[in-house]
Amino acid sequence: MSSWINENGPLLFLALLDGTVTAFVLALIALGLSLVFGVMRIVNIAHGEFFMLGAVFSWFAFDLTNDPLWGFLLALVIAPALVGGIAVFTDRFILRKVKYHPESTIVATIGLLYVIQSVTLMVFGPEARAVEAPLYFRIQFPWFGYSGYKLIVAGMSALCLLGVWLLMIRSKLGLYMRATQQDIEIAKTYGVPTQKIYAAVFALGGGLAALAGVLVVPIRQADHLMGLEPLLLSFIVVIIGGLGSIRGTIVAAFIIGISDGIISVFYEPTLAKMLATLFVAMVLVLKPSGLYGEEVA
Amino acid sequence: MVKKDVEKIDQASELNLTRRNVLGAGALVAGAGILGSQMIDPIARTAHAAGSDNPIKIGFQAHRTGIGALYGRWYERTTNAAAKYINSIGGIAGRPLEIITEDDGTDPKRGADVVEKLATQHKVDFVFGTLFSHVVMGSAPRAGELKIPYFVVSEGYHVASGALNRYVFQPCITDVRAQISAVSGWMFNNLGKNVTLIYPDYAFGYNHRDYASAAAEKHGGKIVAKIAIPPSESSFTRYFVKIPKNTDVIYHVMVGPGVLTFVRELGEHFGPNHPQLFGFIDSLEGVNISSPGLDFLDSSYFWEAMPRYADASDSAGSRFYRNAVGVDNSGASKSDSKDIAAYSHMFGCWETLFTIKEAVEQSGYKSKKDYSTLIETMEGFTGFNEGIAHPQGAKAFSGKTHQCYGQQFVSKVSNGKLNVIHKTSIADGMYEPETDYTKQSL
Repeated sequence: MSSWINENGPLLFLALLDGTVTAFVLALIALGLSLVFGVMRIVNIAHGEFFMLGAVFSWFAFDLTNDPLWGFLLALVIAPALVGGIAVFTDRFILRKVKYHPESTIVATIGLLYVIQSVTLMVFGPEARAVEAPLYFRIQFPWFGYSGYKLIVAGMSALCLLGVWLLMIRSKLGLYMRATQQDIEIAKTYGVPTQKIYAAVFALGGGLAALAGVLVVPIRQADHLMGLEPLLLSFIVVIIGGLGSIRGTIVAAFIIGISDGIISVFYEPTLAKMLATLFVAMVLVLKPSGLYGEEVA
Repeated sequence: MVKKDVEKIDQASELNLTRRNVLGAGALVAGAGILGSQMIDPIARTAHAAGSDNPIKIGFQAHRTGIGALYGRWYERTTNAAAKYINSIGGIAGRPLEIITEDDGTDPKRGADVVEKLATQHKVDFVFGTLFSHVVMGSAPRAGELKIPYFVVSEGYHVASGALNRYVFQPCITDVRAQISAVSGWMFNNLGKNVTLIYPDYAFGYNHRDYASAAAEKHGGKIVAKIAIPPSESSFTRYFVKIPKNTDVIYHVMVGPGVLTFVRELGEHFGPNHPQLFGFIDSLEGVNISSPGLDFLDSSYFWEAMPRYADASDSAGSRFYRNAVGVDNSGASKSDSKDIAAYSHMFGCWETLFTIKEAVEQSGYKSKKDYSTLIETMEGFTGFNEGIAHPQGAKAFSGKTHQCYGQQFVSKVSNGKLNVIHKTSIADGMYEPETDYTKQSL
């Protein structure tokens, strides 16, 4: 037993570290998708592109200021704001026009995905571009080194998740969102401005994805195709956790993130992805509403 | 239930989706699309010489988008620079050279479509320019079916292995088998015997895996681990834990958008106590060696096909070429110092166009009817001299394998620069031909 720990302890530690970072970032991205479905009852296929835009805007901020720290701080402010703006525009001129009809929004957001990807390709270019981390340092553990910035990412994601939770529980906006999610007709009769809430939720969803993009881009480069993988993963997380449940999203993100880390390190990364997809299939068959079902946050 | 049905009907009529609306919207989108594509790429053709009647048309299959986009960008610049120069010295056999570029998205299926489009719609004389080996494998057979000469600028061993067809040539860039044979002896003798291989999980990577393993046997080395990484991977830490503790040398060759992350995370993982590193510059094409997080690369070694940093001993041809393609002495674009060139690959495009020129002029090629004469002429070439036409260096050429052989370089990183410390001879990389395309019918 102790020899197993000696041999595999460091591996497990690395798996947990990597898995935790993945889990937090995944939770942040998937949360936006989950909120949008919970409150608006629509699926946003372009959600991954909001993440990509966050990363790309972060590169522009870095290019503008030429300083990793100021660029990062600037990006933290403007990327979610710009993407939120695009989200509000989308809600007003696309989603509202198709009356939030489920199938129509899926088709419309697929179209939005292509438009965003192609415009980014035209403006930003086809290659991946690097963004320097605002704080670059290396933590030396006895068995291997690890990027200090990755741990900062995990910490900041945790703070953002806490912030969203506080928003939902403590603020008036959160109250309106939860009311709209529970029953939109009754919320309307109580004077909740549901149209504005829809716009706000969609903006919040996009903003969270963009924020995740800003945090993650120094770890990996920005390129116009980078939204596809997070999209797939966030769908997996949201389905497993239950559409519309914040708690479910976070729990599922951790299940996927940690298991991905452990299976990747001890076996193969491809196997980890396969098992995650298998897990989704099982959830859909055994408990289609997800682990936490259609709960209110 | 009833309420929902009523709702749905209401929605349909509110949406007012009549057939006319859909057709109108469709026409608008199509119109915008056509306009848009013209705006994005109004000049897919580049006819550089005046009097472009009867030009020689060469179709350039470019990785403009997809994981090969960095290389595609530099391949295109080099190709255009070569065409411009060739036209300035009289074109090919007195005819102007016209390059017609199509994007294959670094995708094998699209590659085959692009070959077809260039051959049948644009009616080009030749097709050239593919780099990524999976795209080569997907596109070259189509060129064989369409019976159009196809010049690969890849590095993969696929041409020389006999896996392709007699219409396919790789005359101006050496293949991986030759590269590894030439430099691995140096690596095993100077850096260490226990080697971990890290390579991308597809054709090009498998070439490295197979030939490095063969070289280990020959030079008394031992491959202690083989780690295959999907080219689209974005996080590499989980692979590094698989590197055995008794590794003397990490041999790495990575491609795709994540290469900088790969090298950075390698440094984060190991810190100052790392095994010797022998990398192929593919891991760093387009990346500045002095980027933050790459300082651990100091004192590591790289294979280069054409040294990125200029040196006092560079030939006149090499200096002319560097200037013509717009690259400065540290391997960056003259107009943007952040834009680092894919210098160990792009020369292949320049040299291939000159080789095509030589083949056309020597064979007396006039039109498609003369393909077999052109191919036989090329198969008769035994090599090329160093100079403006072949700035990377002199080459030997085998008519049987349709592949060239050339010099390789080993460089060491010091003070954020690459300095050549070893040059191989052409013979170091030769091997017995495994195929003979001349025996195939056309």
